[in-house]
Formats: sequence, C-alpha cells, structure tokens
Amino acid sequence: MTDQPSQAELVRQSLKRRYRKERRFRAYGILAIAIALSALVILFTDIIGKGYTGFLKTTITMEVNLDGEMMFLDDPTDARQLKMADFVEPLVQALIKEIPGATEKDRDAVRGLINPYASVTLRDELKAHPDWLGSTRTMTFLSHTDVDVYVKHAGDGGYSIKLDDQQKVWVDQLRERGAIETSFNDVFFSGGDSRDPSKAGILGAIVGSLLTMFITLILSFPIGVSAAIYLEEFAPQNKFTDFIEVNINNLAAVPSIIFGLLGLAVFINLFGMPRSVPVVGGLVLTLMTLPTIIISSRAAIKSVPPSIREAAEGIGASKMQVVLHHVLPLAMPGMLTGSIIGMAQALGETAPLLLIGMVAFIVDVPEGLFDSATVLPVQVFLWAGSPELAFIERASAAIMVLLAFLISMNALAVWLRKRLERRW
Amino acid sequence: MQPANLLLLILVLALVAYGLGYSRSRSLAMPMGGIRHLKSLPFYYGARAALWCGIPALIVLGLWAAFQGKVIQLMVVGSLPPEMVPSGAGEASLMLSKISNVASGALPAGFVEPPIAAAAERLTALRAESRLFMSALVISVAVLAGFLGWLRIRPRLNARSQVESILKWLFFSSAALAILTTMGIIFSVAFETIRFFGKVPFTEFFFGTQWSPQTALRADQVAAEGAFGMIPLFTGTLLISAIAMVVAVPVGLLSAIYLSEYANRNVRGVVKPLLEMLAGIPTVVYGFFAALTVAPFISDLAASLGIEASSQTALAAGGVMGIMIIPFVSSLSDDVINAVPQTLRDGSLALGATQSETMKKVIFPAALPGIMGGVLLAVSRAIGETMIVVMAAGLAANLTANPLETVTTVTVQIVTLLTGDQEFDSAKTLAAFALGAMLFLATLLLNVIALKIVRKYREQYD
Repeated sequence: MTDQPSQAELVRQSLKRRYRKERRFRAYGILAIAIALSALVILFTDIIGKGYTGFLKTTITMEVNLDGEMMFLDDPTDARQLKMADFVEPLVQALIKEIPGATEKDRDAVRGLINPYASVTLRDELKAHPDWLGSTRTMTFLSHTDVDVYVKHAGDGGYSIKLDDQQKVWVDQLRERGAIETSFNDVFFSGGDSRDPSKAGILGAIVGSLLTMFITLILSFPIGVSAAIYLEEFAPQNKFTDFIEVNINNLAAVPSIIFGLLGLAVFINLFGMPRSVPVVGGLVLTLMTLPTIIISSRAAIKSVPPSIREAAEGIGASKMQVVLHHVLPLAMPGMLTGSIIGMAQALGETAPLLLIGMVAFIVDVPEGLFDSATVLPVQVFLWAGSPELAFIERASAAIMVLLAFLISMNALAVWLRKRLERRW
Repeated sequence: MQPANLLLLILVLALVAYGLGYSRSRSLAMPMGGIRHLKSLPFYYGARAALWCGIPALIVLGLWAAFQGKVIQLMVVGSLPPEMVPSGAGEASLMLSKISNVASGALPAGFVEPPIAAAAERLTALRAESRLFMSALVISVAVLAGFLGWLRIRPRLNARSQVESILKWLFFSSAALAILTTMGIIFSVAFETIRFFGKVPFTEFFFGTQWSPQTALRADQVAAEGAFGMIPLFTGTLLISAIAMVVAVPVGLLSAIYLSEYANRNVRGVVKPLLEMLAGIPTVVYGFFAALTVAPFISDLAASLGIEASSQTALAAGGVMGIMIIPFVSSLSDDVINAVPQTLRDGSLALGATQSETMKKVIFPAALPGIMGGVLLAVSRAIGETMIVVMAAGLAANLTANPLETVTTVTVQIVTLLTGDQEFDSAKTLAAFALGAMLFLATLLLNVIALKIVRKYREQYD
C-alpha cells in the first residue's frame, strides 16, 4: 500500500464534488424560475394594492334645503334661470348644518369637502324633478378628491393629504356619523376622462377600445386567414413566394412604434384621414397583428393531415373545394385561437396609437368609428403621467380592468383549443 | 351616406345579386331538364354574380374613401384668395385645422377672417357633395356590374372555375399585403428621412454628440438652435437594452434549462404558462410599474447607500424591460434545447456524466447557435420597446454609461417629437422619421440575422 489515495478514493472524492456542482446547477435553475415568478407576483400585488381603492368612491350624504331664494331660482323648468342659479350655496349650507361647530365663516373650508361637480348633479336633479324646489331632501354627492384621498390613504405615505387639520377633524366626525362613506365606484365605469380624478371614468376608453378592436377584427381575421390559405395551399414555390414569407416574418418582429409612423405618414398625411379616431387606430393595429394571425393560421392549416386532402381530391373535388370544404373547417379552431391571441396583443398596444393622436384628452364616450376616442392602455398612460396623485389609483384600477379583459381573452383561447382540439 | 353604411349596402346588394344569379341559373336549367345540365352548381352562378357586384363597388369605395380627404383639402386651399394661400406646409396645416374647426362648429365663424369662414363653408359643402357622389357612384357601379354579371349567366358558363380563380386572386392579394405594408413602412420613413437630411447634414446626425431638437419657432428667436446628433440616443438605447439582457438572458436561459431537463411534467405544466403570462402583459403596465414602483425604489435605495441617482434611471427601465423579455428568451431556448436529439443526452449520461455536465458540455454547445438567435431576437425587441422607456427612462439625452442616470432612447424621442401638434416641414418632426428609419434598419438587421440562425439551426437535426 502506498500513501497515495486509491483510484476508487479519487473517484469518490471527485464524485462528491461533481454532485455538489450538480445540486448547485439545479438550484440556479430553481432560483431563476423563482425570480421570474416573484417578479410576476410583485407586479400583480403592486398593481392590485395601488388600484383596489380606485374601485371605491367617497360620498357625502346630507339634508339639502332646496330653498328657491337661496339659489336665486323660482322656476326650475326655465333653462336661463337654471344657468344663472347658485347651486353651491344649498350644499354649503347643508354641510355647515351637518358639521357641529362649523359656522358661516368656515364656508370656504366646508366648500373644500364637496366635489366641484356636486352642484352640476344638484342642478340636473332639480331639472328632472322641478317639484322638489322648496323642500328638504336627503341627497348623496361625491366628495371632493382631497377628502377621497384622505379617507382612503390617511396612513399611506405615498399620498400627500391636502386637507387642513380642521377639515380632517370634520371628515372624521362625519365618517363616524356615517354621513361620509365609501362605496362601489360606479362613476369609474360610467363616464369618460375628466380633469377631476373623482369624476374620471373608463367607459369612454372601453368603448374606444371596442370600436378599435372591431375594425381590427373584421379586417385582420379574413385577410390573415386568406393570406395563410394562399401561402400554404396555392403558392407556387418561387422567389416571389419566398419574398412574401420573409416579409411576413420580418413584419412580425418590426417594433410596434414603426407601425405608428406608417399610420401617421400614410393614413393621416397621405390620405388625410382624421386623427385620433378608431378607424385609423384599427387600421394600424390590423397591419400590426396580421403577421401574428397569418403565422398561427398557417400552423393550423399545416396540422390538417394530407389524407383529408387526398380523400377529397380522390372523389373529384377541385383544389378550392378541398380547401374551403375540408381544410378550412378543420383548421378553424387553431386559426381562431391564434387570432384571439393576436387580438389580445393589439388590445394592449399603446405606442403606435400615441403617434396617430389617440392621446387626446377626451371626455365624451365615442359614438361611432369616426369620433375622437382613446383606448384603455392609452388611458392608463395618460393617467400614469398625471401630476395628480389621485389618478394613480385610477390608472391601477384601469390596468386591472385591462388585465381582466386580456386574461379572459386568453382563457377563451385556451378553452377553445381544449374544446375543439382534434387528434389525428 | 357614411362609408360604413355604404359598406352594409354593398353587402346587401351582393346578397341580392347572389339570389338573382342563383334563381336565373335555375330557371335556365329547368327547360333543359334540371340543374345537372348546368356546367356548375347554381351556388356558383350566384356567387359569381355577388362577386361581380361587390368587388368593383368595394374598390371604388375604398379608393374614394382613401383619397377624398386629401383632394377636398387641396380644393379648399386652392379656393382661398391668392393673398391667403399659405406659403409653407406648416402654415397650411395650421390653416386647415382652423378651417375644419370652423366647419365643425368648434370655432364660431365670427372669430375668423371672412375668407376662412367662406373656406369652411366650402369645406362643408364639398364634403356633402363628395359623400353624395361617392354614394351614387358606388351604388351605380354595384348595380351595373351586378346586372352585367347576371346577364351573362349561360348554362355553358363555367362559373365555378371563375369564382375559384377570383377567390384565388383575393387570397393572393391578402398575402401580398405584407409586401405592401413593408413598402409602406420603407417609403413613409424614407421620404421624410431624405427631407430631414436636406435640412440637417448627414455627419451631424450620425456623429453629433448633442441631441436637443428644440428648434426656433420664430426666425428671430434666440437660444433654440436644434442639435440632432443621434449618438446619445443610441448609447442610451444600447445601455437600457444591455441592462435588460443582463436580467433576461441568465434568468430566461436557466429557467428554460430547468424546465426542459429537470422539472417534471406537472411543474412544467404550471410554470411555463405562468412565465408566458409575463409576455402577455401590456407594455404600458410594465411602464407604469417601472415608473411608479421600481424607479422610486431604486432611487431611495441608492440614496440610502449614499449614491447619487436620479429619479428616472436607466436601471429601472432596463430592469423591468428585462423581466418582460424573460419569456422570449426562455421559450425560444426551450424550443432549441428540446430540439437537441435525445441520443446526445443518452450518450453523455451513459458515459457517467451528471445531468449538469451533460447540459453544460454537450447540450448547451449543441444548442448555442439557436440560443444566440433567440437572444438576438430579444435584443431587437428591447431596442424597439417603447412604452416602458417612455414612462420610466426620461427625456434628457445624456451621453453616459452610468445606469443610475437618466438616459433617453430612440423610441422615446420618436414619441415625444410626434405627439402633440406638429408641422410637417420642421427638422424636429422630420428627425422623428429619420430616427424611425434608423430603428427600422437596426431591428431589421438583427431580425434577419436571428431568423437565419434559428432556421438554419432547427433544420440541422430534423
């Protein structure tokens, strides 16, 4: 025996080392997955944590004395009088009465608790119910954005509270008595954008998104499917077909903002189409999603086995009949799932729409394809860049709505694939 | 009539044509003793009539709708008195927006010069006329062509082959749209880029180290000399992309290796779709996350460590972009690793190598070209990414390699130069198209190389 360790001993030692390395390598893999998944979790918790308050609104309920003399109004059916009348005063008086210790000289501070749009609400109510004039009614109004922020984020360092100390005491008192409460924010789902966060809604953006998606869908699905049919079934093997293929693959990887430049130069400057309308947005998104749809539709056509084609040809069908009667119906589920995924991408796209002017501040809900509109992701972008912090929670809430749309579209695609999948 | 309504009308007319063609072919077949004496089935005669009716009308409608806006604009500007005719393109767009504001009622006619008010009236009238002519033309084309198609139905006519060849042409033109789109991109950026180089010298754009596109609005204005050197923008873009790749490549690659070689089916079935969710989240959401959560976190962290960092950092934008790109790297690498034949694995394992040794010494080298291709595609994606950098990277064009400073990228500048009101002859606006051209070329080059590599490698073992 020598002092040298035996061969077996050497191997044993190196094996230990190698197994350690093996375990370490495995751990790196797990770590990588953990990093990626925790990024996903952080992203979601951050957005939900920031945004769930966006689904709540703060309201003030009080007894308003609709005194005609106070409002300088004696006939609520007269449009001219309605225009001139003072609808702020009854609100201020009602609130002074609600708050113990508040007097006439605090009126400015009291007024700071009510939403500037509350007077508009009051006017509309009176217009709808002229007989209310002179009576006293219990009514509920949106609170001022500052109150909203204070109620939701009093302990949160991320928000600056703009109320002064006395107003804070009042709000706390009113909350204890139940006059100020938070409830589900229906305003957020029923209106367009606004300069006032508590009045801002996403209905305009949702309708804009739907109109844009409508254009994208009715153009990109038929065009994409026909292009895929041509390339898979009819195209001759030549240089020109190759060129089309290379083009489609390249277009799939062109940065989206380049499509915005194309839309600006061609649709707006060359054709003189109006800016910020769903039609132009839809056209740009169509060009952008076409490659995705073509590529997935081709894959779906490819997966239809040749025996089907041969059988159909064998009983004398023409090439077009083979395709339309046999291949297309069998490939349709795959085409549909691919298109839904392409549409989901288009729904989340922002950059090209910025260039064709869909970043305008739009209060009205668009009514047609040629109305100025904005879309959901652009609305998020606009609110995220707003200096008013109260818009941040609206932006997060809008993101949640957007993600809900996307997740349901993807779930639909998965469900369709599972449901209609066919094994050959 | 609105184009959308006209579209519906064309559809209805085509359906009517279908019905008429169908019944005519049947009535022609009846005296001969049934439809088996026709050359094609009645369905094809109807479809032929519908196509005859619909396609010419659609072409007319499309062309008219595409060009009417521009033609009307030219006619309105042409009708202005000579002293009002705008001299430059900028002035023209200003005047046009004024005229259309008056026409739409947003600007009361009393507030503008009488010729403008007259032009606005003319604009409204022309629009109405154009709509009327368009409707008349489209409807008469549809009816006429449909009638001709109907008239020419004969029992000996091979309607099926005609319909099929029309359909084939339609399919072909859909595929050719890809070429048209590429050409549209090239021409739309090329023309403006050439005009840009007419105003700003070539050398300044490519070698200048100053980027400040604020040009003078008035001729006598001082201190607004635009500088158009793209070097700081490209270094900013590369810096952010590099940070993104530092995050995405190791994480993506290691997760792909783990998922394809180690994980069991259940883990893979759960983790893979979760990772792919990262790719499905809209970029504006990442931008929001980067700007409002990550960037403040990084600058607070740097401040607590005593390092100076600006509130918008390249690190925040690049890091979040890296997270977005992880699934691209991981799913492409996954494909490539799975494409390596099992025999290579079995051979290595049979020689006594551990799994990680097999991975590192056998599979990874075999998969390397494919992985490189995937990484190049991810780089091209990072270079072209817009929303994250627009929201989180900042606007100051710093020539720096410090990830804690604000940098700006090509895409950010394109967006900032082109949002809001713009005139189409200023160097500022044209610069955006020049940047777009550079971006297109850079990503095109990367994509072509990457697609070549990926395709070539995939064929190797097939």
